[in-house]
Amino acid sequence: MSTTGPPLRDARRLVAAAGGTVRESMIWPHRHLLTLEDLTAEEITFILDTAEAFADVSTRSVKKVPALRGRVVVNLFFEDSTRTRTSFTLAAQRLSADVIDFTAKTSSLSKGETLRDTVRNIEAMGVDIIVCRHSASGATHLVARNVQCCVINAGDGRHEHPTQGLLDIYTMRQAKGRIEGLKVAIVGDVANSRVARSNLHGLRKLGADVTLVGPTTLVPRAFEQMGARVCHDFDAVIDQFDVINMLRVQRERIASNVFPSLEEYSRLFGLTNDRVRRTKPDVLIMHPGPINRGVEVSADVADGQTSAILRQVTNGLAVRMAVMFLCNQAAAGAEPH
Amino acid sequence: MPTTLIIKNGRVIDPAAGRDEVADLTIADGRIAAIGQSPAAGGAEVIDAAGQIVCPGLIDMHVHLREPGNEDAETIASGCAAAVAGGYTSIACMPNTTPAVDNEAMIEFVYRQAARAGLCHVYPIGAITKGREGKELAEMGQMIRAGAVAFSDDGRGVANAAVMMRAMQYARMFGKPLIEHCEDPHLAEGGCMNAGLTATRLGLPGIPAVAEETMIQRDLLLAQNTGCRYHVAHVSTAGGVELIREGKKRGVSVTTEVCPHHLLLTDECVATYDTNYKVNPPLRTAGDVQACLAGVADGTIDCLVSDHAPHGREDKETDFPNAPFGIIGLEVALGLFVRALIQPGHLTWPALLAKMTIAPARVLGLSKGTLSVGADADVTIIDPDRRWQVGTASFFSRSHNCPYEGWELVARPTCTIVGGRVCFRDGRIFPRTDSPA
Repeated sequence: MSTTGPPLRDARRLVAAAGGTVRESMIWPHRHLLTLEDLTAEEITFILDTAEAFADVSTRSVKKVPALRGRVVVNLFFEDSTRTRTSFTLAAQRLSADVIDFTAKTSSLSKGETLRDTVRNIEAMGVDIIVCRHSASGATHLVARNVQCCVINAGDGRHEHPTQGLLDIYTMRQAKGRIEGLKVAIVGDVANSRVARSNLHGLRKLGADVTLVGPTTLVPRAFEQMGARVCHDFDAVIDQFDVINMLRVQRERIASNVFPSLEEYSRLFGLTNDRVRRTKPDVLIMHPGPINRGVEVSADVADGQTSAILRQVTNGLAVRMAVMFLCNQAAAGAEPH
Repeated sequence: MPTTLIIKNGRVIDPAAGRDEVADLTIADGRIAAIGQSPAAGGAEVIDAAGQIVCPGLIDMHVHLREPGNEDAETIASGCAAAVAGGYTSIACMPNTTPAVDNEAMIEFVYRQAARAGLCHVYPIGAITKGREGKELAEMGQMIRAGAVAFSDDGRGVANAAVMMRAMQYARMFGKPLIEHCEDPHLAEGGCMNAGLTATRLGLPGIPAVAEETMIQRDLLLAQNTGCRYHVAHVSTAGGVELIREGKKRGVSVTTEVCPHHLLLTDECVATYDTNYKVNPPLRTAGDVQACLAGVADGTIDCLVSDHAPHGREDKETDFPNAPFGIIGLEVALGLFVRALIQPGHLTWPALLAKMTIAPARVLGLSKGTLSVGADADVTIIDPDRRWQVGTASFFSRSHNCPYEGWELVARPTCTIVGGRVCFRDGRIFPRTDSPA
């Protein structure tokens, strides 16, 4: 059963204590966080409010609360990722959980064990939360179907990266005070981006106006049926946005002929100093990282005042603490007494 | 084993002969002896088919048996058991085994294994190119001498137009059709489901409809140019159906077939990432399904096939992009086609059965698919009103990879007779006991 201390036993009291408003009947029902597409606007807001309550923890000298003491969190990363894994690790440690890393190269997967057997074996050791990143879309659904413990999607192929979407929206809300009516651009390799999809779902549910910008080969029309505007001329629309979220572009994409060179990509869709001069004066510039300096964003922009890139990283910790806390609550609530 | 078998009181539907009437069918020495009032029983086995349909044995011209190379998923014997349980008396099997069926010895192997199984007829389809690699022609002439009924690199298309043209020119002298899995490998590259809104939403790489359509268009021009008989495997796109319709009007010697999943399911089914919905050609859009149904109704699509593609659990139980393509179907195809085509009124029973008997027989040049006096006594008895629920655990196939678990279907074969001998009845399989060891 839960071993949380008195002020943190209940997310509702937590949120209220941090000054947020909360519906008294809200009990977090989901043991997994796999997508933002499946959450309601109210649920997304609740996670953001919970994250705000946890943000304060990172400013203390002893950066720990006992909310997940005695719980075990496993980072199951089949794709390389130092920053996301570190973020989850720190978040779990701040909640006083024990953290274990399980990376694909050193694992039994290289010996031919199936994903299903791997996760069931891990679960059998008594873990409470599996944070999973995999290169195949839908892989975390497969994991969740095969275990009883909590599963948090840290990125499945091109499909979703829900905690990134949440921390991006959190950052926007923090800077702008609201999401509803906010004009947001997501720029770059949208077709292959789980960050873009999670952002799009979350922002649409909270009432933002989302435009996807990029070459026709990377921003297909189908996204219009998901509630976004699609635009292939960055210069024509750049002065409309309150938030510009730049996505990372991979050199390897050139081989599949989606654009001819990084230089051309940067000329057409990069956030150069010239382009930044034409944005709204209080525009918020974001990027999920890691940045290709000089490709998606110029060095000046990355380091400039309008850049929220480092704040995103900080906010990521609070959001991930909130997510792990809530999922664990849902699982604990479902346990027999 | 009595040499005379009388099937009484059934609705005898023989589309090739234009027959649809209640009549008795008398079988003697493995052949149809008489249709009409039967003689007195006198020692013959009698099957009462009152209320049931009696038709020529069903023929499935697109089946994958995984022998040699992947016997855990299916063998020729287990595939034949699944076939007769599904009402089939003849199946044609594709050559994408390991090794491929691209030479005389492999054709003979398939026939030998089928004879050992002692159930339905199995007709091997040989590869068009060596190893199905799409580069060099396989020994079609020798394969025909060994009994190949058609050629295909199924699982893939022949990507190089010059190779396909050469293959068509060469095959023309044998009078056997080339069956093409129409999929441009470059357009389809990396794809694991239909390209479109659902693929975009799910973040899965897509196989666009044009991958099928461009190859159909190319092949129709080549077939017209060379005069080769050409058959499009498992058509799945509206564009593809239209191209074939136009090709037939132009006089191209083209036929085609469709699978039950392309008449009943769409790409939206993939939303749960359940690999039972992963198949090639992929499940397409509702518009494509409508076009395929219309194509069946207006005769553009000649044959109904299962594309039975078994895979073991351990292969299918993985993430969607890495799972193998394939849905099994021998034991459910008839019920699924009834749901897709008869229940909504697109086809009558005789029209449906034509596409599962005489039509595939004609494409493959088999003397099958009809109940005329003197014909081989391959007969299927179907209860058209039998309600049943699909339970993969009771399948005769070694594999269970299909999305139909729990489906309520109407119509089921109750008896399958091959060469005058009952192979399947009341849920049980009866192989020949005099099969070669």
